[in-house]
Amino acid sequence: MNFGFTDDQQAIKRTAREFLEARYPIATVRALAEDERGFTDEQWGELVELGWPGVIVPEERDGLGLGAVELVVIAEEMGYALAPSPWFSTTSAALLLVAAGTQAQRERWLAPLARGEVRGTVAVWDESSGPAPDHSEVETAPDGTLSCVKIAVPDAASADFLVVSGADGRHWIVERTADGVSIEPEEAIDPTRKLFRVTLSSAAAEPLEMAPEAVAKAYATIVTLLAAENVGVGQRAMEMAVTYAKDRTQFDRPIGAYQAVSHRCAQMLLEVEGSRSLCYWAGWALAHEPDTGPRAASMAKAYAGDAGFRVAASALQVHGGIGFTYEHDLHFFLKRAHANAHAFGDSRWHRDRVADLAGV
Amino acid sequence: VDLTLSPAEEAFRDELRSWLQDNNPGREPAGDEAAFEFRRAWQRQLNEAGWAGVSWPKEYGGRGATLVEQAIFNEEMVRARTPSVANVLGLAMGGPTVIAHGTEEQRRRYLPGILSAEEIWCQGFSEPGAGSDLASLKTRAVRDGEEWVVTGQKVWTTFAHHAKWCMLVARTDPDAPKHKGLTYFLMDMDQDAVQVRPLRQITGESEFNELFIEGARIPHENIVGGEGEGWAVAITTLMHERATLAFGLQVSVQIALRELIETAHETRGFNGGVATEDPVTRQRLAQLIIESEVLRLNAYRGLSAIMRSGVPGPEGSLGKWHWSEVNQSLAELAMEIAGPRAMLSEDSWSYRFLRSRANSIEGGTTEILKNIVAERVLGLPRMR
Repeated sequence: MNFGFTDDQQAIKRTAREFLEARYPIATVRALAEDERGFTDEQWGELVELGWPGVIVPEERDGLGLGAVELVVIAEEMGYALAPSPWFSTTSAALLLVAAGTQAQRERWLAPLARGEVRGTVAVWDESSGPAPDHSEVETAPDGTLSCVKIAVPDAASADFLVVSGADGRHWIVERTADGVSIEPEEAIDPTRKLFRVTLSSAAAEPLEMAPEAVAKAYATIVTLLAAENVGVGQRAMEMAVTYAKDRTQFDRPIGAYQAVSHRCAQMLLEVEGSRSLCYWAGWALAHEPDTGPRAASMAKAYAGDAGFRVAASALQVHGGIGFTYEHDLHFFLKRAHANAHAFGDSRWHRDRVADLAGV
Repeated sequence: VDLTLSPAEEAFRDELRSWLQDNNPGREPAGDEAAFEFRRAWQRQLNEAGWAGVSWPKEYGGRGATLVEQAIFNEEMVRARTPSVANVLGLAMGGPTVIAHGTEEQRRRYLPGILSAEEIWCQGFSEPGAGSDLASLKTRAVRDGEEWVVTGQKVWTTFAHHAKWCMLVARTDPDAPKHKGLTYFLMDMDQDAVQVRPLRQITGESEFNELFIEGARIPHENIVGGEGEGWAVAITTLMHERATLAFGLQVSVQIALRELIETAHETRGFNGGVATEDPVTRQRLAQLIIESEVLRLNAYRGLSAIMRSGVPGPEGSLGKWHWSEVNQSLAELAMEIAGPRAMLSEDSWSYRFLRSRANSIEGGTTEILKNIVAERVLGLPRMR
């Protein structure tokens, strides 16, 4: 029984922290927030050198062949730095390809993806979707092509292929440059992760295999990544609040000496640490305890989704008026925490899943 | 990260499980006296099999278990729904304090009686005027030759009416700064100068007592940790209270939650269906499932941190605070699921509901725990 990381995992965490701190100072994050694509080729190239696009791609396909715990470690640091990057969308696509790609699809995409030569993304939301990310009405036409609209698709314009979800748990791969694929930027609340509206008009689509359990595990891993990002986002927002509460003086004392402020900060720690425990557990369960994995992942997503936003919102309150300005950096963290809470199913949806899986 | 038990830990658990299967005495009888004697017999049985002082060093009659084994022990005891032991405070707090701060002579004198439940212990810390601000306590001890004469009042002393020894913190130097003038005594409860009066609580029962001390005498040799060192020794006792009890608490929440889900399946909800079909009830049950998982995971993470670095991680200071919130919301949800029966005090949920109100006060109020987190973990400026 040991909740600590292995030496290798520690090393990944240290590397990630140092690399992201050096390469994604908040001024860079701010500049990328204004940029339409949201990352540069050089920045992507640096992640590729670290091997991050292929963390979970098997070694025989040029990946690192690692598991969910290592993904969680990186995602937490990505959240802490708030690094804008197509790493999350590409990793999501890789997870689904590994889970349900046909032999030919894996041959075609996985090794180039791991080498950083191509990127992918996942499109789950129909234009008419409610809160359920697993409910889509998309179906192929008799000729096997797809005509539909998908919204809030991360990094779609810079992806080489899209994994598109449809009715009854079906998925297809659509190439971005294929005929009938049109992609337009959406105005996202979180400017550090670019979202797009994808319109398919009789676009060529290649079905993935039907592998419900493997696909469920892939989605569970995706939501665990978002939860882990929120751990990092919450940690950073909390640190900003604590620093500010020590520095800012009102009524002749630092505001952190007032319990109305300090107890707010203590609450942040409670929620950040709770999120962290759930994420590490979910990462471990996805790798080692398949029966628990999806339940643990939904627990982590529901809790860290709420917590990440609440912590950032509370940090904004600690900052007072300055926290509400665009000039201050805090709002980027608030927006990412909020977007993560809603991506791939909000906290209500994941709680409902927890209830189902726990036999309520 | 590896959340599976090692072969040695599994062996420890299996040994305990099979012992419990043969020896668990089941439910305790009704009535305070009968229940207490039952608990005393149960503790004696545990002690004879070497299970009483699980965390204590072997040389003092304990098992010398690792932290993980202690956690497993506490979990298994709750899971098997064993009765409580008679000498809860002696085992969890008094013994560890004597081991940490006592003389070798004191260890030999007191530890065997704690383990065997022959001598029950209680705790004389809080006073009517000194709750969260414990160091402001006023009970006075004045030296008289080889003895100390104690006068004052203590409150919230659990098991005082059964106790032989009281862990008493009293002021021995009224001129010193408030944290410096305190001394930690072991007071014999068996004297006329100590009067015990039960305190009736909102549940109607009396778990706690008031202690009236009018010139009680304590031999000088009964000081633990030295004159004027009472605050440091008291902190050891309190740390053990929070650390040792945490594991059992999180398991009992999981068990109560499982029972509540069963109850909800059998209770009518809106529109004549069952309660678990109500979307709001489902959401709240799911949230409790998640939060109770957080309690469990934080407890284990805390252990890993202690084993790695010798000190608890930040999550260690969160457990008791978080547990009280989870246990209270569980009881509140139980009352909602109960419907009109929430107005009646006929079942165990009503009792749990009222009893849970003390959770955020006993063993350190939530407000004090938040202060500790803010000041010691986050490094925020002290409010005083």
